[in-house]
Amino acid sequence: MKPFDEYKDMRAVYADTLVELAAENPNILVLEADLMAASGTKAFRDAYPDRLLNAGIAEANMVGVASGLSSMGFIPFANTFASFAGRRDFDQFFLSANYAGQNVKLVGSDPGVTAQFNGGTHMPFEDIVLMRAIPGLVLVEPSDTVSMHAITRLLAEHKGSTYMRLQRKGAVTRYKADQKFELGKGIVLSEGDDAAIFASGMVMVNEAVEAAKLLKEKGISAAVIDIHTVKPLDADLVLEMAEHTGAIVTAENGQRSGGLGAAVAELIGENIPTPVVRVGVKNLFGEVGTLDYLKKRFELTAEDIVAAVERALFLKKKH
Amino acid sequence: MLQESEHEALKRKALEIRKLTIDEIGYLGVGHIGGAMSVVEVLTLLYEKWLRIDPSDPKKEERDRVVLSKGHAGPALYAVLADKGYFPMEWLHTLNKGGTRLPSHCDMKLTPGIDFSTGSLGQGSSAAVGIALGQKLRKQESRTFLILGDGESQEGQVWEAAMFAAHYHLDNLIAFTDYNKQQLDGMTGDIMSIDDITTKYNGFGWHVQRVDGHCFPSINRAIERAVEEKGRPHMIVLDTLKSKGFIPGEGVLSNHNMSFSYETAKEAIAELERREGAAK
Ligand SMILES: Cc1ncc(C[n+]2csc(CCOP(=O)(O)OP(=O)(O)O)c2C)c(N)n1
Repeated sequence: MKPFDEYKDMRAVYADTLVELAAENPNILVLEADLMAASGTKAFRDAYPDRLLNAGIAEANMVGVASGLSSMGFIPFANTFASFAGRRDFDQFFLSANYAGQNVKLVGSDPGVTAQFNGGTHMPFEDIVLMRAIPGLVLVEPSDTVSMHAITRLLAEHKGSTYMRLQRKGAVTRYKADQKFELGKGIVLSEGDDAAIFASGMVMVNEAVEAAKLLKEKGISAAVIDIHTVKPLDADLVLEMAEHTGAIVTAENGQRSGGLGAAVAELIGENIPTPVVRVGVKNLFGEVGTLDYLKKRFELTAEDIVAAVERALFLKKKH
Repeated sequence: MLQESEHEALKRKALEIRKLTIDEIGYLGVGHIGGAMSVVEVLTLLYEKWLRIDPSDPKKEERDRVVLSKGHAGPALYAVLADKGYFPMEWLHTLNKGGTRLPSHCDMKLTPGIDFSTGSLGQGSSAAVGIALGQKLRKQESRTFLILGDGESQEGQVWEAAMFAAHYHLDNLIAFTDYNKQQLDGMTGDIMSIDDITTKYNGFGWHVQRVDGHCFPSINRAIERAVEEKGRPHMIVLDTLKSKGFIPGEGVLSNHNMSFSYETAKEAIAELERREGAAK
């Protein structure tokens, strides 16, 4: 691996991590469905040509094959666009991989609005919602190069099927190289007393960090949490923040009904009822456009998060 | 049989469509140029000669329908639809811009003249089968034309649809496979071989033909035969070249989704005109 801040795209971090893992563990395999060029795993194929298998444009079969390989002791990382990873092979991933107790690492790239020019047909707003329904599944969304590397490694070590959202284009380096990560444990990026923002993935963590700055100018102190594991949710941290701030906001690059925001609201509602305001896509299908256009179109910007925090504070006072 | 004058007119039209498609994608700077260019002849022939449609009434009940299952080739179909007058030519320069009615993949809710939304590969085949069956149930004379990619045909759903279409004797379904032998990650034969397509469709009970997909008389004759042959769905396998006519992409392995400047687009159009002129 080169220094984290030299990566231009998250997918390159992912591919290099797979190469690193493959060198350590002969059971690591990579499966593709004609999107190797997109997932960036050409680097893996060059390093381990026999351990990259291209299933062609046949995602359901790819996940079924991955499940069979898993039962033979392999650890398959199966990649496709997040739209197809969630929707196209859901039954195969549900049954052959998860129900059958297998160890399939499904990775969906271009989550939410990052599908950009591929447009509505390729824009996954529902993968978190779908995957959350699978018992025991680990569902993660790294937010920078360091977490991408660390979390991919943690997934390889984890026994059981997992789903990772991979924003393949662009990169930021937020964490120090020695930052510790644990599946199921959120990371407090900045402390705050008035409200807490739980954000997942690179797009929304960036926007949340920006929102916290804007809020500070208004005299509002908001904590920002990178909730890289959406399932299992870090219940201790969520409840602690609810108790401490009394106002919770969630931010996700996907459908807000049934996603991260829903998970947080469910947990809080059943434990310490506190206002929860969710930033996310409001019951809409995707569209084509640039990332900036789409973030505005679907109300996923820092300004939208600021407005959500203000609403949460208003609800807190009313209480 | 195509008259010589008809053939000449089709060739001129195809050149026009190619230029529009290159211009459309070049104006944006990036797009699925390869798979758009390989279907220009079949689209041109269908829209110029075969389809019973009315561009002034895109939703006319008894029209023939087209399902471009390889939805990423949308830009080529948009050029054809604009040329037919379904919407203003200026729309072509809004391809993939925020709020556009021409997204990279075909969308029946946005674009006049698009009969089905596609983009998740394989799904168009089942939808086309449903449309063809619906036409039969409604006792319409109309036909359904389906265009599939060769890589796309790796999806199991394509074969589920093939089985269904044969079982229900959907002879009003005329399907094409754009057999350009390339997909996204490389040559179809290397990624996941689908050979031999003709034998496979034969096995499913289809009426199958294989022709040069850039040769108007050949495609036309195949459609004529398909129309005559009753009782079975039809597959016409088109031997094509991915990126045909966008010369910077021809014969290139990574020609699926290309970035190129508007400058390059204009040069490519000029180069294509020179080549077509020399061929006369
Ligand atoms: C279900 C699904 N999987 C993957 C993709 C991504 N994708 C778009 S086009 C393409 C390659 C298509 O190859 P082919 O069907 O041969 O089309 P052509 O070469 O004519 O462009 C892929 C993998 C998709 N759109 N849908």
